[in-house]
Amino acid sequence: MTQFPLLSALIWLPILSGLLVLMMRHQPNLAKQFALWSSVLVFILSLGLYTGFDNTTAQMQFVEQASWISAFNIQYFLGVDGLSMPLVILTTFTTVLAVWSAFDCIKERVEQYMAAFLIMNGIMVGVFSALDAVLFYVFWEVLLVPMFLVIGQWGGQRRVYATIKFFLYTFLGSVFMLIAFLYMYSQIGSFSLLDFQAMPLGFTAQILIFLAFLIAFAVKIPMFPVHTWLPDAHVEAPTAGSVVLAAIMLKMGGYGFVRLSLPMAPDAANELDWLVISLSIIAIVYISVIAMVQKDMKKLVAYSSIAHMGFVTLGMFLLYGILRNTGEVQGAIMGLEGAMIQMISHGLISAAMFLAIGVMYDRMHTREISAYGGVVNTMPVFAVFVLLFAMANAGLPGTSGFVGEFMVILAAFKSNFWIALAAATTLILGAAYTLWMVKRVIFGDVVNHHVAELSDLNRREFAIMSILAVAVVALGFYPAPVMDIMHASVAHLVEQAMTSKLP
Amino acid sequence: MHAIFLTILLSPLVGAVGAGIFGRWLGRAGSHRITIASVAVSAALSAYVFYLYVFAGAESYNATIYTWMVSDGIRFEAGFLVDRLTATMMLVVTFVSLMVHIYTIGYMEHEEGYERFFSYISLFTFSMLSLVMANNFLQLFFGWEAVGLVSYLLIGFYFKRESANQASLKAFLVNRVGDFGFLLGIALVVGYFGTLDYAEFFDGLAAHTGTSIMFGDTAIHMLTLMTMLLFVGAMGKSAQMPLHVWLPESMEGPTPISALIHAATMVTAGIFMVARLSPAYELAEGTLTFILLTGAFTALLMGLLGIVQTDIKRVVAYSTLSQLGYMVAALGVSAYAAGMFHVLTHAFFKALLFLAAGSVIIAMHHDQDIRNMGGLAKKMPITYVALLIGSLALIGFPGFSGFYSKDGILMAISEADSVAAQLAFVMLLVGVFVTAFYSFRMFFIVFHGKESDYVRTHDIHESPWVVTLPLIALAIPAVFFGGLFVEPILFGDMFADAITVTPEHNVFARVAEHGTSALDMLLHGLMALPTWFALAGVALAWFLYMKRPELAPVFAQRFAGAYASLRHAYGFDRFNDIVFVQGTRRIGEFCSRVTDSKMIDGWVVNGTANAIAFLAAKGRYAQTGYLYHYAFIMIFSLMGLLAWALW
Repeated sequence: MTQFPLLSALIWLPILSGLLVLMMRHQPNLAKQFALWSSVLVFILSLGLYTGFDNTTAQMQFVEQASWISAFNIQYFLGVDGLSMPLVILTTFTTVLAVWSAFDCIKERVEQYMAAFLIMNGIMVGVFSALDAVLFYVFWEVLLVPMFLVIGQWGGQRRVYATIKFFLYTFLGSVFMLIAFLYMYSQIGSFSLLDFQAMPLGFTAQILIFLAFLIAFAVKIPMFPVHTWLPDAHVEAPTAGSVVLAAIMLKMGGYGFVRLSLPMAPDAANELDWLVISLSIIAIVYISVIAMVQKDMKKLVAYSSIAHMGFVTLGMFLLYGILRNTGEVQGAIMGLEGAMIQMISHGLISAAMFLAIGVMYDRMHTREISAYGGVVNTMPVFAVFVLLFAMANAGLPGTSGFVGEFMVILAAFKSNFWIALAAATTLILGAAYTLWMVKRVIFGDVVNHHVAELSDLNRREFAIMSILAVAVVALGFYPAPVMDIMHASVAHLVEQAMTSKLP
Repeated sequence: MHAIFLTILLSPLVGAVGAGIFGRWLGRAGSHRITIASVAVSAALSAYVFYLYVFAGAESYNATIYTWMVSDGIRFEAGFLVDRLTATMMLVVTFVSLMVHIYTIGYMEHEEGYERFFSYISLFTFSMLSLVMANNFLQLFFGWEAVGLVSYLLIGFYFKRESANQASLKAFLVNRVGDFGFLLGIALVVGYFGTLDYAEFFDGLAAHTGTSIMFGDTAIHMLTLMTMLLFVGAMGKSAQMPLHVWLPESMEGPTPISALIHAATMVTAGIFMVARLSPAYELAEGTLTFILLTGAFTALLMGLLGIVQTDIKRVVAYSTLSQLGYMVAALGVSAYAAGMFHVLTHAFFKALLFLAAGSVIIAMHHDQDIRNMGGLAKKMPITYVALLIGSLALIGFPGFSGFYSKDGILMAISEADSVAAQLAFVMLLVGVFVTAFYSFRMFFIVFHGKESDYVRTHDIHESPWVVTLPLIALAIPAVFFGGLFVEPILFGDMFADAITVTPEHNVFARVAEHGTSALDMLLHGLMALPTWFALAGVALAWFLYMKRPELAPVFAQRFAGAYASLRHAYGFDRFNDIVFVQGTRRIGEFCSRVTDSKMIDGWVVNGTANAIAFLAAKGRYAQTGYLYHYAFIMIFSLMGLLAWALW
């Protein structure tokens, strides 16, 4: 039975509509409406992945396979499992909000801006569903181009510095990944990621491959000490750019770890897990402390993103420590599922935080914390949303931000008490930097006439915020549906990661 | 039953959402009607449940509401555990909450954000109920954090005031320090017992009495570490030293919530939690001793601070801190029932005290300085009587509720035979004297002292009925609850289905030798030290503030050092500010400026770029374009290569 090529549709439909939008040169309103509705259509289509998904298997689903460059056995090979499917839906969901959020604040070259986000949507779905290494790599790298343009064209004052830093950093990282792919191809003559996962590999080769992947993903996530591009990129990026960057692009690094590093180089991961864990703990503690003293709201949230992604990488690499410490794998699944749900949750919360900053920036044209104060007096409805998202960022139970952190800390204890202790400091530090910012920006008396003249959310902004608020609270009160998608795939992943590939 | 519990739990949430989201359409009256109605439903049903459990002997109920998620074989659930302990807490929470709701109509009459306030206190009621009704650690933690959130929102209710915003942030962060320990404690529970469910956890305890955790070469008793970490959470929520610093500042919030959250219910969550987990605490001697001393120190040292306060709410706040110390100390000698008993009586009389103080504040047009009051007794008789009853209950005057619960604690500690218990007993005994002194100091200054200029020149009158009605309603249990329930709670089996005490820890078996009825306790109490200490405190307050008011300033001058130390609350705030707040900020500045910007960005990232630019600039000179330069280089290179090959 040939089924409808849903994944292809999710990749090419937004890209095609993006190209169409590009042609609407003199009709900015049409471009906006068209972009919005096509992104909504893509989102609705992507829900087909959820409804048609089989939770019980770790097999790839919605598979499409065709020969692409037969000389090198490169295939057009797509498919999703429980690890990637939620990320695909997160991508299509975020794109809708990103496109919609840009309706008023972008005045120049509207059609190009809209097109860039639609095209990115397709490419990101491609990254999460590609099962051929070359295809994966192409999507991975091509994504830099529209993002480069978005920041470079519609960015702030130091956008040139930020874009070049962003581009070179990530490009440098991914070159190593390409080398690793080529090496594995040379061994088995296939670029299929599933073949890469199955092939035996010597210890040294695994170590080198693991390190190559680590560089690529560490830059993307980003992890200390290759994180310094992110605050600059965020500060310069326009709101929607920040949203996509934080909500989706960072997740590609985390996804890389579970799709490539752990299953392809399990023995090396076992050997080098201390490295990733140490860097994760640094991200959680050191980066949080840095976040506290930021004067620019976007920088603060950018650093907070790095700290939250620290939980993702920590959760992913706890499994070996748990095995060493307790002699069993009980807890490994929890760590990985915690990491996965943390990615989804961070996608929602960081999008919301950046959108909220965008709402203020559109009115005040500054992101300096000191320029604000007493926003609640003039924007009471907005303040409620900010408080909700801030609490989610601080990991309050009942919001999505709690679920992943809770699971990772529980799992971390099984590995090592001190790791759990260090990770749990986020309870204090995360609340400190988030709520301190809220206090200075939102609460207090009106500090200047700019704040006094602020107008509360308009309908569009209210709708965007409401959608995210519902998502954050729903996931916080009932994460089971998302967890159920992942169980089989995560269990399979743990099995892969625990099976030695040494020949 | 399930439907009843669900209604009790969710009804306030409906009210909160109603007033919170639709408040602007409902208006002020609509908002308070919907929230009061929803809490009244909870209170009425809680009373019914209380009747069923305490008088009709209903069986303990343990069931799941829904499965939050399943991961790695561990079920994360929401569920009810209702036994007599829970039923009692539910009744107290909903009853006090209902009184506070009604009172708020009067207190907040002229305030902005009226709808918002009602929404918050209903949300609080929901959160607190989910905490006490929980049958697992996940829901406990949810309720624990949710009450913290509402507390944060309410302390910062007057968001235009910098001091209120500062206080709310501080309250949240200090509580988070406690939650940090609490969460690690939960991680230990999951790690060793593989469950979040109380019942399964209790069942697993027997297998782990001897389990140790290795830290390097040191073995630490697992249950001691676990209970200690969980208790750190209790220290935050129940404001035990040194995590008490947030509670005095929480008085920035409106008075009704000081009564509900920061006196009657939320701050007792820590005591409730320890009592609920008593089967585990019974197995951790070290933790119990730590708890005992923490409570005793808090009780005495915080009580002393009450003496020098001039803000009427702060006096009551420090008395709350001190009373929480008594409850915690009781836990430390395994007298969980006595601790819980004091939680209950305290809920009534402290809510009464706060609401009466609030009534005074209303009359004083929101001035809270007791030095501006004086001679209010004749002007507001109901408030006067209410505050008198509250104070008598607080100091443990024989016959009042507080007498039975406080005497129960002191008797329990006096029967425990350890050095720590003896020390704690002395401190708590002195604490009784201090409590009586500061309570009646405030009482005399406010109601009997010389009328201040302000009082003389302003129209000061009794508060409206929505304020006085809750006072009367709370005064009744503040007087009678203790006498009625002392026997079943302390000596009977009222909480026996929830609280476990090992026979060797059972101090009440020895206390019971003095008799177990309320009358026995009353007669015994009349002759015992605590009563005399309390009366001495009242007498001293009368002497210093009524008879010879000129003496108090003299004492303050004579003991200037001690006085200053008390005024600055022993310097905890200053220490925290310098070490933790500014210290963290300094480290952050350093990391941001030096390691991130200078080292990583400056040296490595931009350094690479600069190095490449430099090399390119220099390397450019190699490309001179002159053929003979290239030829020379070729020749020398070839010679070099040859030389290397022939070597």
